Amino acid sequence: MFKIFGSSSAVNKKKQKDKEYAFLASVISILVGLLIAILLLFLLEFAKAESDYSKPLIGMRNYFTYSFTSATTFSKIFYNAAPLMLTGLAVGFAFKAGLFNIGATGQYTFGAFFALIAAILWQFPWWAALLVSIVAGAFWGVIPGIFKAFFNINEVITSIMLNWAGLYLVNLLFYNLPKIHTVLPNRTDNLAFTNPKAILPDFGLNQIFNTSFINIGIIIAIIVAVIIYIVLEKTVFGFEIKSCGLNKNASIYAGIKAKRTIILTMLISGGLAGLGGGIVYLAGTVQYTIESSLLSMGFSGIPVALLAYSHPLAIIATSVFIGFLESSGSGLQGLYSYEMTGVILSVIIYFSAFALIVSHFIKKVLKRKGQSDGDQGDGPVIEAVKPETDKPKEQLETKGVVG
Amino acid sequence: MDNYIIEMNNIRKEFPGVVANDDVTLKLKKGEIHALLGENGAGKSTLMSILFGLYIPDKGEIRKNGEVVNIKNPNDANDLGIGMVHQHFKLVEVFTVLENIILGAEPTKFGFLTTKETRKKVIDLSEKFNLKVDIDAKIEDISVGMQQRVEILKMLYRENEILIFDEPTAVLTPQEIDELMKIMKNLIKEGKSILFISHKLNEIMSVSDRVTVLRKGKGIGTVNVKDTNINQLSEMMVGRKIKGIEKEKNASTGEIILKVEDLVVPSKLHKNNAVNNVSFEVKAGEILCIAGIEGNGQSELVYGLTGLEKISSGKVTLLEKDITHKSIRERNLSGISHIPEDRHKYGLVLDYKLEDNLALKKYFQEGFQNHGFINEDMFRKHSERLIKAYDIRSGRGSTTLARSMSGGNQQKAIIAREIDCDSKLLIAVQPTRGLDVGAIENIHRTLIAERNKNKAVLLVSLELDEVLDISDRILVMYNGKIVAELNPDETSYQEIGLFMIGAKIQDKFKEAEVEESV
Repeated sequence: MFKIFGSSSAVNKKKQKDKEYAFLASVISILVGLLIAILLLFLLEFAKAESDYSKPLIGMRNYFTYSFTSATTFSKIFYNAAPLMLTGLAVGFAFKAGLFNIGATGQYTFGAFFALIAAILWQFPWWAALLVSIVAGAFWGVIPGIFKAFFNINEVITSIMLNWAGLYLVNLLFYNLPKIHTVLPNRTDNLAFTNPKAILPDFGLNQIFNTSFINIGIIIAIIVAVIIYIVLEKTVFGFEIKSCGLNKNASIYAGIKAKRTIILTMLISGGLAGLGGGIVYLAGTVQYTIESSLLSMGFSGIPVALLAYSHPLAIIATSVFIGFLESSGSGLQGLYSYEMTGVILSVIIYFSAFALIVSHFIKKVLKRKGQSDGDQGDGPVIEAVKPETDKPKEQLETKGVVG
Repeated sequence: MDNYIIEMNNIRKEFPGVVANDDVTLKLKKGEIHALLGENGAGKSTLMSILFGLYIPDKGEIRKNGEVVNIKNPNDANDLGIGMVHQHFKLVEVFTVLENIILGAEPTKFGFLTTKETRKKVIDLSEKFNLKVDIDAKIEDISVGMQQRVEILKMLYRENEILIFDEPTAVLTPQEIDELMKIMKNLIKEGKSILFISHKLNEIMSVSDRVTVLRKGKGIGTVNVKDTNINQLSEMMVGRKIKGIEKEKNASTGEIILKVEDLVVPSKLHKNNAVNNVSFEVKAGEILCIAGIEGNGQSELVYGLTGLEKISSGKVTLLEKDITHKSIRERNLSGISHIPEDRHKYGLVLDYKLEDNLALKKYFQEGFQNHGFINEDMFRKHSERLIKAYDIRSGRGSTTLARSMSGGNQQKAIIAREIDCDSKLLIAVQPTRGLDVGAIENIHRTLIAERNKNKAVLLVSLELDEVLDISDRILVMYNGKIVAELNPDETSYQEIGLFMIGAKIQDKFKEAEVEESV
């Protein structure tokens, strides 16, 4: 309702302020999430017969220190962050074009599986296998884009359906390609034995630090994030994407081919998610197993993007943060069940998504405070209202005034 | 003092960066129509929103019948008997008229809706105030004029005694405006008091008793309408004298710029064609105006010409080049500039900066981009040049978000962008819609200047004044067809009106009609 009466304002100051609010809101959301998580743990203790109220505190302490206890746990932050960053970018990039790519998980699965096919079946080196994962993800991502562009079918619906279609297609392919699972019936062969050169390079760091979770995945992800940032902010293509996202009609009016933009956006978005899948499964630490439910990595990209307001560089930070939360989950092991770790993580992520609401709230509070502080509002007053200088006009006014 | 029903004393309201109302005083007498006059961005809507409880003033007091009242939200305003008809109606499209009227104040019995008595009350009200509405029709099916009457009934149903009309005539046809004026006078007779926001001087002169003028957030003064005249009011509103447009005729028209042959554009709303076998030409050095009541195919005609919508058949030739099946960008580049009718939907990317919006038709050209990378310096230079040349005012120059600019300046930005493309054909659809006197005058001058530069101008307008003022040739559209071609010097308001409502068709357009209906 207020929008109708919107008035002009000092935009840049406002923009700066908005950015501050956004950051503050993200931080507050995270803190609230943590607080709720702790409360939840206390509640759990309260419900037990033998309550041990030190347990939640120890748990939380472990949770936050765990990642810094060894090179393995520390490197796991980035090991987790790399695919999160890529799926986050996939979701965020589509958001910029006004599309909600909820199908990142399907594209991720596709990318993952084809990377493994390339690595095991075709004996590709790691970089070529990663390229295959991009192509596979892009293929699965462009389908909803095509449907959206040509038949105006909502991309959310098609991509949700394609998530499942993708998963089962991959499973089907898995069973029909016995060469990729020669050892176990439902698990792909270990890359270390089948094709070591398909494993992402670590420059010997894994040996030095005695771990297996260091690889160049995080570096690739960061480079990709920077590239996406440049594409969005500095190129004509990015200008068109954002324009379509902000106002499709005006973009078409200006001669931008909106259909082409939608398709390309989904192609790139899918490629990013696919690359995320490739990076995980080419690390050499996990094998693809037959899945009966959607992989969560694709969905985790959504909070990563939301928390970062879809800004590619901010996604670097938020993905590392969520990567940290995920890898820290192991710190609760022994004290709490695996499920409980999941609950805590979800609570934090859930509240992170409230960042937007919180940011509005902050604005409101600051405004109120500003007003009571003496009519200054929350923005500086610029010289929008210039004093009238025409003398004759004032005579006219006084003459015309009634009562 | 005693007979003021509402007093707003020394109201001040600031938004970040802007003082929207600065020490404004407005006093409404009981039983009067009080006009609030000012250009766009003068603070009229803000002041009324304060009275209606949408904004809280930073300073100042509101009194009702001499007592200070505190209006914190629209409910408070409603309790005080203040009702508002917004410029953009607030109606539920799929509900019936009756349902909309009782919405929010539904009479219930044991939790069930009881509409019987309400229905009678609403019918009584509509008869008493002569507000003709079809009580069981859905909002989406009724005319804009009737929707407005529904809004008025909503206020009456809530027994409001102070009625605020925010630019009520902006969306109405001439006939509907006359009707509204009658309704307003009726309401006064029944003891209501009306605040009437407008920037149309004729209406204010014809209907209101007193008028308060705002300019740039300041109260300029309150005058009795019978003691003033249009010139004085416009001077108070704009702050300078308004010169009428001197309409010098352009004697010579040049070559044919745009040729349209048997154009058919399908409608998105119904099965019939929105544009049905339309043929015409626009020549260099003329302003051809397409007049007609809204929804008679003018918008679709323009969409068809600019490529925003696919055409079913026909041929469009621009500068002897067939552009019938060309893309929008190809059309733009071959010489079409388009000032769209809906500047928020088509004209601007509201969340883009002004400089980005100004580059919207050029960003892909060499200089603006280099190997696919945007040349930000060029964007800025381009934007600074246009801002200066077209006097586009905004809080932060090139980096202002289009959304935060005033309507007039948004339109200036679009016009600057389109005219800067230096196209041979300029299509302007209702370029002055919702703008104030100063801005309208400015746009008319610009259009005439373009014509004088030997450009072809195709103007689509609903405002008859505009049509008669600046066009060189008039085509009237009715029901998807052209029904008349008129010379503005030889026709009259009444004559155009008859063609517009389909009461008359010129002979030379009749044949097509017969063929079509067979």
